[in-house]
Amino acid sequence: MIRCIRRTSAFCLLLLVALLVNAARVQVFEADTLDDNPANRRQAIARYAQPRGDILIGDRSVTGSAATGRRLKYERTYTEGPLYAPVTGYASQTYGTTLLEHAEDAVLSGTAPALAPIPLWNELTRGREPGGDVVTTIRDAAQRAAYDGLGGRRGAVAAVEPSSGRILALVSTPSYDPGLISGTGRAVVDAWRRLNASASMPMLNRALRQTYPPGSAFKIVTAAAALDSGVVRDPDAPTDTPSPYVLPGTSTTLPDEAGGCERASLAEAIRVSCNTVMARLGVEVGLTGMVDAARGFGFNDDGLTVPSGVARSNFDERMSDDQLALSSIGQFDTAATPLQMALVASAVANGGDVRRPYLVERTTAADGSTVWRNRPRAYRRAMTPATAVRLRRMMVDVVENGTGTNAAIDGATVGGKTGTAQNGAGNSNKPYAWFISWAQAAESGRPAVAVAVVVEDAVADRADISGGGSAAPIARAVMEATLADRSGDG
Amino acid sequence: MTATTADAPPPEPRLPKRRGVELSLLVGAVVIPVYGYAAVGLARSGAVPPDVAGYGAGLGLLALFAHLAVRLRAPYADPLLLPIAVLLNGLGLVLIYRLDLETPADRAAPTQLVWSTLGVALFIGVVLVLRDHRLLQRYAYLSVTAALALMIVPIFFPAVNGAKIWVRIGGFSLQPGEFAKILLAVFFAAYLAANREALAHTGRRGWRRRLPSGRVLGPIVAIWLLSVGVLILERDLGTSLLFFGLFVIMLYVATGRTGWIAVGLLLAAVGAFVVGSLEPHVHSRVTDWLDPFASIDAGRGPGQLAQSLFAFAAGGMLGTGLGLGDSVLIGFATRSDFILATAGEELGLSGLTAIFLLYALLVARGYRAGLALRDPFGRLLSVGLASILALQVFVIAGGVMGLIPLTGMAMPFLAQGGSSVVTNWVMVALLIRVSDVARGPRPARVESGIVASAVEDER
Repeated sequence: MIRCIRRTSAFCLLLLVALLVNAARVQVFEADTLDDNPANRRQAIARYAQPRGDILIGDRSVTGSAATGRRLKYERTYTEGPLYAPVTGYASQTYGTTLLEHAEDAVLSGTAPALAPIPLWNELTRGREPGGDVVTTIRDAAQRAAYDGLGGRRGAVAAVEPSSGRILALVSTPSYDPGLISGTGRAVVDAWRRLNASASMPMLNRALRQTYPPGSAFKIVTAAAALDSGVVRDPDAPTDTPSPYVLPGTSTTLPDEAGGCERASLAEAIRVSCNTVMARLGVEVGLTGMVDAARGFGFNDDGLTVPSGVARSNFDERMSDDQLALSSIGQFDTAATPLQMALVASAVANGGDVRRPYLVERTTAADGSTVWRNRPRAYRRAMTPATAVRLRRMMVDVVENGTGTNAAIDGATVGGKTGTAQNGAGNSNKPYAWFISWAQAAESGRPAVAVAVVVEDAVADRADISGGGSAAPIARAVMEATLADRSGDG
Repeated sequence: MTATTADAPPPEPRLPKRRGVELSLLVGAVVIPVYGYAAVGLARSGAVPPDVAGYGAGLGLLALFAHLAVRLRAPYADPLLLPIAVLLNGLGLVLIYRLDLETPADRAAPTQLVWSTLGVALFIGVVLVLRDHRLLQRYAYLSVTAALALMIVPIFFPAVNGAKIWVRIGGFSLQPGEFAKILLAVFFAAYLAANREALAHTGRRGWRRRLPSGRVLGPIVAIWLLSVGVLILERDLGTSLLFFGLFVIMLYVATGRTGWIAVGLLLAAVGAFVVGSLEPHVHSRVTDWLDPFASIDAGRGPGQLAQSLFAFAAGGMLGTGLGLGDSVLIGFATRSDFILATAGEELGLSGLTAIFLLYALLVARGYRAGLALRDPFGRLLSVGLASILALQVFVIAGGVMGLIPLTGMAMPFLAQGGSSVVTNWVMVALLIRVSDVARGPRPARVESGIVASAVEDER
């Protein structure tokens, strides 16, 4: 009996060892996998256990946190959500985070190692710092001007400071209130379904994430390529382009909407927006030259983040000459985000240099001390300074004498370019109206702002829709707001 | 051979009583849960709960009265048993109180405290009244009758969460099967002690082995089959597994035949396979065990077992700290079946290991009493009681941690449940009693008889 009892106790010891080994398996070896299981709500609970840091426009917070009294203790709130949604994105307990809420999540949720008093502190204590703040580069006045200017029509505005790359406005309309989907439960799920089902796609960030055919606004890129490559030496010399122009290798003719394009000069072609001249110039520059030029402005970049990810703007790298001709006037497969087109204007304004665009000025710890500060950085070289000077003049001419007169501002130098992009198979849908521009205060040494505006369809008649009519006034409002804001800054 | 020497009665030094050790361990066993109680309050609301002194005094008084009873009537009892029981019960109360904070509408800790008090009262009662465990041997048949009656009663009451193991009268609910554990262990011990000679040495030869005669083996197999049958009817598979294991272990210890273990394992495997694939309730638990995350992949969110694993994982090595975990996500049965997940999350692997070691120590002390005892009944009884604890801890802990399929059972002392905590206290009282006899001085007259039995034992 003694031996049996001993064996029984040995058996129990075996059971104990099995339990301990299994506990170690679950709690140590498989712990990370289990922690990261998306169905495990603990990370969400920890994330929302404290108020989230705020996103600031200037020195004003446009976000907040409200106590919920539920398991996820704090819920995101937004002041003027629709206005800033393309900047902030949403932080939803149900649907995760997007845009700045996503890109700066570590700071906002307090997990960023930089927030900790000493390295690895939080890893040791399993703690979290209070959420830090994110100060954006957005100018409230410019943002509002853009939002009001679009007035709920489908479209987007992106504005940057050419000399630094600071993004001054980022608007997409129609917009939505991210606060509607902050929490959990029936109402949030319903709001989410409604927003996603809506034909106007309010949650689409058109300024960063949607690409449009840039239409004639792209002619600035083609012009820069033509000047830099030496295809055009004198912008005011007539070219020998017929109107209409037969696309190379085809019998398809490309017409001009504007008059006086027969044998027009480059400057004239920009001023009145001649398709024929620019299409032919693109072909003359050649595929390699055009692709290089487009890249120089930021096209074909998959990885641009501001720090929210920006959709890739496209200029095809393999095409036939007729396709190249169409691409050179911003049609065929050419597609650009509003931010990209703002960079095109900004390149001209900034002497051919494209600064890397950014949306976050600095991040701070909860006590306001700066954790990280952004600095302007070079991004691309779009053209030589000499070409930039010539293009500046041409763009000013567009506003003073050409298609962009609606963008003129008293007491400031404004350069612009209209665009009306065909949309849909066989041009069946309403075209997109573009306007890209920059403005420089009279007393200032350098341009204050570059803007791109796109209006998708609007209720206007086909004939009415053109960059100059629909989009230029919005661009002017944004530029005016920025110039006024800047002089106000002193 | 070593067993024989170990089994021979040592020259008789006067064993120290160790009551002072017990008292000082009890202080620790009270202080630790009180500290935990305060820690929960600090973690949850930033303040020590106002009733921490009352809670401490209550637990302290219970421990003190129990200690006095032991000191008075079982002075030679193992000094570890009571402190471990107090510590586990106190930890259980802290965990239940901590989980109560998550569900303000549904508080279980006060009830559990009442049951714990009743448990300790019964403990004191057993220690005071039962002078010698051998008395129980006389009531073997009464025990088994009562056990069967208790197990059958719930059939007439409605099922709760799929198992018909509850008796509800008024606001109270009881799980009579819990009490049946002890009664059945008493019966098995008594019957096997009385018939072990016959079991081991009579009967026909078959398969080159001696099979016990049906006349000897019959009644006990019948009782066992009946109890397991009833439990299967009630869908209390955890307890039926426990009874099965208990029966096999006690039969093995009584007869010394390894064959019983083999037969037992074989039967258990066949039974588990048949029940596991046929009974839908059990089948779902087996599939759950095989893939705890299936319901997540199917888009229905994590099931209880997955949530339990998440809780354990969140604890890691050191745990989140009392009151700081989210084991309440497991849903219903967090306080009963899944209470170990809270311990695992908030105390971590280190805390869990400590808890397992406490149980192991309790079990080991039971076996040790069995080893030191001279009468077969006492030996079988202490082995039975210790095995019940060991099996129960393994089955439930293995279940909630994904080692084996989950079977609803209560973690001894930790889990919410009045019947369970009362039963566990009675079990500890019995262990105190047998350990007192095992460690106490022996009357000279009995001594000689014991030597004979010990020698006989190893044949």
